[in-house]
Amino acid sequence: MLTTTTRLARATATTLLRSRLTRALAFPHDVDRYLELVDPLWAHGEIRARLLARDAETDDCVTLTLAPNGRWPGIAAGQHVQVGVEIDGLRHTRCFTVSSSAHRADGCITLTVKAQPDGRVSRHLVEAAQPGSVVTLSAPAGQFVLPAERPRRLLLITGGSGITPAMAMLSTLIDEGHDGEVVFIHYARRYDDLIFGDELAGAAACYPWLRLIRVITGEPPRGDDLGDRFSAEQLADVLPDWRDYAAYACGPAPLIDAVQTHWREQAPAQTLNVEFFQPPRSTGPASGGRVAFAGSDLAVTDNGASLLEQAEAAGLTPEYGCRMGICHSCTCRKTAGRVKNMISGRESGDGDEEIQPCVSLPVGDVTLSL
Amino acid sequence: MTDEIPNLTSEQLDAFGAELDAIRERVLDDLGERDADYIRGMIRTQRGLEVSGRALLFASIFPPAWLAGTAALAVSKILDNMEIGHNVMHGQYDWMNDPAIHSANFEWDTASPASQWKHSHNYLHHTFTNIVGKDRDVGYGILRMSDEQRWRPYYLGNPVYAFLLAVLFQWGVALHDLEVDRIGRKDDMGRAERLKRAGQIWRKSRGQLAKDYALFPLLAGPFAPLVFAGNLGANLSRNLWSFMIIFCGHFPDGVEQFTEEGTREETRGQWYMRQLLGSANIRGGKLFHVMSGNLSHQIEHHLFPDLPAHRYAEISEEVQEICGRYGIAYNSASLARQFGTTVKRIAKLALPPRSALPFAKQPAAA
Repeated sequence: MLTTTTRLARATATTLLRSRLTRALAFPHDVDRYLELVDPLWAHGEIRARLLARDAETDDCVTLTLAPNGRWPGIAAGQHVQVGVEIDGLRHTRCFTVSSSAHRADGCITLTVKAQPDGRVSRHLVEAAQPGSVVTLSAPAGQFVLPAERPRRLLLITGGSGITPAMAMLSTLIDEGHDGEVVFIHYARRYDDLIFGDELAGAAACYPWLRLIRVITGEPPRGDDLGDRFSAEQLADVLPDWRDYAAYACGPAPLIDAVQTHWREQAPAQTLNVEFFQPPRSTGPASGGRVAFAGSDLAVTDNGASLLEQAEAAGLTPEYGCRMGICHSCTCRKTAGRVKNMISGRESGDGDEEIQPCVSLPVGDVTLSL
Repeated sequence: MTDEIPNLTSEQLDAFGAELDAIRERVLDDLGERDADYIRGMIRTQRGLEVSGRALLFASIFPPAWLAGTAALAVSKILDNMEIGHNVMHGQYDWMNDPAIHSANFEWDTASPASQWKHSHNYLHHTFTNIVGKDRDVGYGILRMSDEQRWRPYYLGNPVYAFLLAVLFQWGVALHDLEVDRIGRKDDMGRAERLKRAGQIWRKSRGQLAKDYALFPLLAGPFAPLVFAGNLGANLSRNLWSFMIIFCGHFPDGVEQFTEEGTREETRGQWYMRQLLGSANIRGGKLFHVMSGNLSHQIEHHLFPDLPAHRYAEISEEVQEICGRYGIAYNSASLARQFGTTVKRIAKLALPPRSALPFAKQPAAA
C-alpha cells in the first residue's frame, strides 16, 4: 500500500509533468518521449505494463503477472486486453483475457497465455518474455462479464484456455466474499493440459458454495472426474436444474457450438453468455474490383484478402494492432466504394467513412485514404 | 545536360532495375531488432544531448558551459532533424508498428510542420528528383540552380540569397510549401489552401519560437540573454550544417538535371537511373555520416528512400559495383569538393548564360 506522502508526491509530479509549461518545453515532442527514457512506464500516452513474474501452468501455458502504469483503468472480470509486444523490432498486438481478480490489492493483473503452434505472440510470451520487459496494453474490453448484481446461481462452462475469464470471475467473487452457488465445469484434453488445476481444486475444497466438475476428454478420467465431451445427458446428469443458473461459456469453437445449440433447443428463453476468440477468416471471394490507395497513388486488384493485407501487399505500411477488428489501430478513411465487415457480415454505405481495414473486404471498387 | 547519361538498351535498364530491386528486397527481409535498437539508441542520444545542452546553458555564467551547452543543443537539433526526423518521416521505421516512431505521427524540432514537409519532400522531391520545374528543391523557388531555369536580373543576387537561405534554413524549409513564387501562375494552389498551410506553419513555428526564445530563457532568470543566445546559436549551427549537407546532395559538379519532357513514362530502371545521376554522395567517417542523417549516402537514399538510413553504408559498395558494370557514374567525393562545386554553381548561375549576352561570340558561319 502506498503511503499518503508518496501518493501526494506522485500526484504533484504527475501534475507538473503534464502541465502546459512542460508540454511547451518538450515541443514538438510529447513529454512521454522524454519520460520513457527514464522509465517506459512513465509514459502516459498509452497503457504500458512491466512483466513482474512468469509462472508455468502447463508445458505450453504460463501465467504472467503484469504491473500496469497509471493509465490502467481497472477491469471487470472476464474482459480481455490487447497486448502489444515487440518481437525482432516489430510490435505485434494480440488479444488475451485477464485471469486475475478485479480486486487485486497490488494493482497487478495476470494473463494466462497458452502457446499456439503458429501464434508468434503467444509463443513469445510463453517462451521468451523475460521479467522486467515492458508490454503495451489496450483498455480492457468485452461483454463477457458478470452483471453488477452477482447471480445467486452461476454456471461456468469452460474448455482449454477458455478457463481464463472464468478464473477471473471466480477470483473476483472470492475477493467479494461471495456465497452464492457456483458450478464450474471445465473441459480439458489431458491432465497435463489442466490450467489452474491446483488453484481450482484448492478453491473447491475451501469454499462450500463452489462445485468443481472436471471433464477429461483425451485420456481416462480419474476419481470423480468425468470423461466424454459436452452433451445434453452429461449436463442433465451433473446439474439437473441447469436451467436455473446464469450460464457463461468460454472455450474452443466445437464446445461453444455444442453448448449454444443445447441452450437454443432446450432453454431458448435463457440467456447464455459466450465468448470465443476466433480471428475472422481473412479471405473471402475475390471481387476483382479495383482497390485504390489514394494517399499513395497506388491501386491493386482485389484478391479477396482483408484491405489491410492488400495494402501491405502493395508495399504500404499502415499502422495496425490486433488485426481482428478490436483495437481500431488501423482505422482509415474510405472515400469511395463499399466494403464488407468480415465479423458482422454487414456491408458499408458508398460514402466517405472510417473503416477498419483489418476486417474489411472490398465489395467491388474501393478507394481508401491510405 | 543529358549527354552524360549512359546509353542502355531497355533490356539493360530493366536488368539494372531488377538488381537494385533485389538489394531492396534483401534489406527489407532483414529488418529487425538491429534497426529498432539503432533508431531507439539514436533517439536516446539525441534526447540526452538536448537535456544536457539545455541544462548546461542554465549554467552559462561559466563561458565553457555556454559553449558546451550550445554545441550539445546544436548536435541534438541536427540529429533530431536529420538522422531521426528526416528518416523516420520517410517511413523508414514504419514497419516497427511503434506509433512513436511512425511517419504518420512524428514531428521534428524545426519550424516546418511534418505534414507539409512530407508532401513536398517525400512525394515531390523524391518522385520528381532534379526535374527542373517539378522538383521544388531545385532552388526552392528562390535560387537559380540549373541552366534550365531562365536567367533574370533577379538572379544576380543568387549568392546573397543562398547565404540568407543557409542562415535561415529552417524558415526556408518551413515556407517552402507556401509556394509563394507561384502566386498568380497557372499552377498556383490558390488562396484558401495557402492560408490553411500558413496557419499550420504559424502554429508549428509559434511552438518552436516560444520554447527556444521565450520559455527556456525566462526559466533561466538573470541568464536569459545567454540562454537566448545559446538557443539562437544552436539553431543557426543546425541551419548552416543542414543547408550544406542538403545542397551537396543534388548540386555538386557532375550531377545531372532533367526536363519534364525527357522523363515522361519512365520505367522503374529509368527512375533508378535518374535518382543515381541526380544525386551525389559525400565521403566521410562514421560520425560524419550520422551527423548528415546519412544523407552523405544521398545516392542510396534516393534509390531506397524508405530503407533505414543506417543501412546505406552497407549497401553502397554493392550499388557502386552495379553502377560500374552498367557504366553509370557514381558521384562520390569529399565534402570540400562537393560543397565547393555547389558554391561555384550558385555563383556561376547568378550570371546570365554566355549565349544570352549581346557580346557573346556567335558561332562561325559554316
